[in-house]
Amino acid sequence: MSLEKHWRKLQRSVVETQVWKSIFRVGIPNTNRKRVLAVLGNVVLHLHPVKTRKSGVKMRYTWCAGGMTFFLFLVLTFTGLLLMFYYRPTIEYAYGDMLDLREQVPFGVMREMHRWGAHAMVIAVWIHMFRVFMTGSYKPPREFNWNVGVVLLVLTLLLSFTGYLLPWDQLAIWAITVGSNMARATPLAGYEGPFAAQIQVNGVNLVTAGSDARFGLLGGRIVGANALLRFYVLHCVFIPLIAAFLMAVHFWRVRKDGGISGPL
Amino acid sequence: MYQAHLNDARLEKGLPPLEKEDSDKKVFTWPDLVYVELIALIVCSIVMTVWSIVLKAPLEEPANPGAAPNPAKAPWYFLGLQELLVYFDPWMAGVVLPTLIIVGLMAIPYIDTNPRGNGYFSFRERKWEILMFCFGFIILWVVLIILGTFLRGPNWNFFGPYETWDPNKLEPLNNVSVSEIFWVKWLGTALPTFWLKRELPGIVLVLFYMGALPGLLSKTLFRRFYEKMGTVRYLVGVNLFLIMLAVPIKMYLRWIFNLKYIVNIQEFSFNI
Repeated sequence: MSLEKHWRKLQRSVVETQVWKSIFRVGIPNTNRKRVLAVLGNVVLHLHPVKTRKSGVKMRYTWCAGGMTFFLFLVLTFTGLLLMFYYRPTIEYAYGDMLDLREQVPFGVMREMHRWGAHAMVIAVWIHMFRVFMTGSYKPPREFNWNVGVVLLVLTLLLSFTGYLLPWDQLAIWAITVGSNMARATPLAGYEGPFAAQIQVNGVNLVTAGSDARFGLLGGRIVGANALLRFYVLHCVFIPLIAAFLMAVHFWRVRKDGGISGPL
Repeated sequence: MYQAHLNDARLEKGLPPLEKEDSDKKVFTWPDLVYVELIALIVCSIVMTVWSIVLKAPLEEPANPGAAPNPAKAPWYFLGLQELLVYFDPWMAGVVLPTLIIVGLMAIPYIDTNPRGNGYFSFRERKWEILMFCFGFIILWVVLIILGTFLRGPNWNFFGPYETWDPNKLEPLNNVSVSEIFWVKWLGTALPTFWLKRELPGIVLVLFYMGALPGLLSKTLFRRFYEKMGTVRYLVGVNLFLIMLAVPIKMYLRWIFNLKYIVNIQEFSFNI
């Protein structure tokens, strides 16, 4: 009993200081009023409603897959930022920086965490989609949010795909070569695609290996220096920005469409 | 998923699903949800840290644009699409089908008019939707990825799980197109030179499959769906369904009849 008394005393001596109170306005959320204020007053927690469906907080309903996806996105953002300190997206340096990350950097598990986290995020998005489908949570009024989710799924795959090139090893360039070869078969827009050879002006082909969809994606005819820079910018800035914006829309719409789904 | 089974039994008896018992009750986000999230976050962090320490991220030889590995594989999550390259030309496997997967996924909430099964696990109330989704996701996407990852070796040949990847393994290739079967094998004549005449049998087949079959099905097998969904929803839904079904159909035709193309218009690089 006296141990608890000491604990309470210690707690008070921290919680009742001016510094603590200036940061956490509410204090220990031990009454319902304080619990409401704790969620409302916190910039991260206010993504949540004050009250949640009891069925929605259960793991066996949500499988926590959406939350896991978001958390992995945060892990990837953080480890990715750390990697940017070391990594230079040029064909002279990229591979060497990979070796340095592995051999020279203390506690060098950032690249491991970034890479395995990316795989895990792809799987987590699929599990989330599967769960949402199996619970019929795309049905009205959540049709639009399902669509936002599909775009986020595509962006996740694109993020992973663009990141795949950056180590600049054999695995990277040949996987991207195989993947981006598809673009040259785009109907009309890829030079090997259907009807592309028929787009001519005065007998000159307009869609060639030097002007087609694949060329635009890679900035060249092969996976080279331009492709590396392009994929780096797409991977680190362009796609994450779009994904972050759509995630905001996604979470906002979960709230606005009536919170976590449940039986009507 | 077991919950779906329990719910089915409850719904049959006229009871609401298990989630319903809880869904009207609300709990405070702090602490009920925040603590669940915190625990999930900690577990996830620990798993990621251990995983990263135990397993090194793969790093192969430096990139060499002159030496392609055999097999050259796309990232694993695209291997289902790469697997489709065996059966379809790149413009179908790499462009049209992926686009239709995205469009099809986005169309789901607008095609599916069944109001039941919204917000809880169940099977029986939505058996068609679940059957189609699981067919597309688990059979066509996940299984093809596993096949492409583990069972495809040099030259994209098929290798059993315990077979060594022999780069010299030869697979006989005598694939034929519908036009060859129709003109040469059945009619015993040479292939017509004009592409439209040559490919007419294949074009008729495709037009029948995509154009006439939806109408026929609406009168027969899918009559129920047509009446419930209305014309536009039905047409979009049934066309997406038929295209999805075309993938295993073409795979099957390749395995059994060595069929290469149904329509083979090399003049326009238009091969189906």
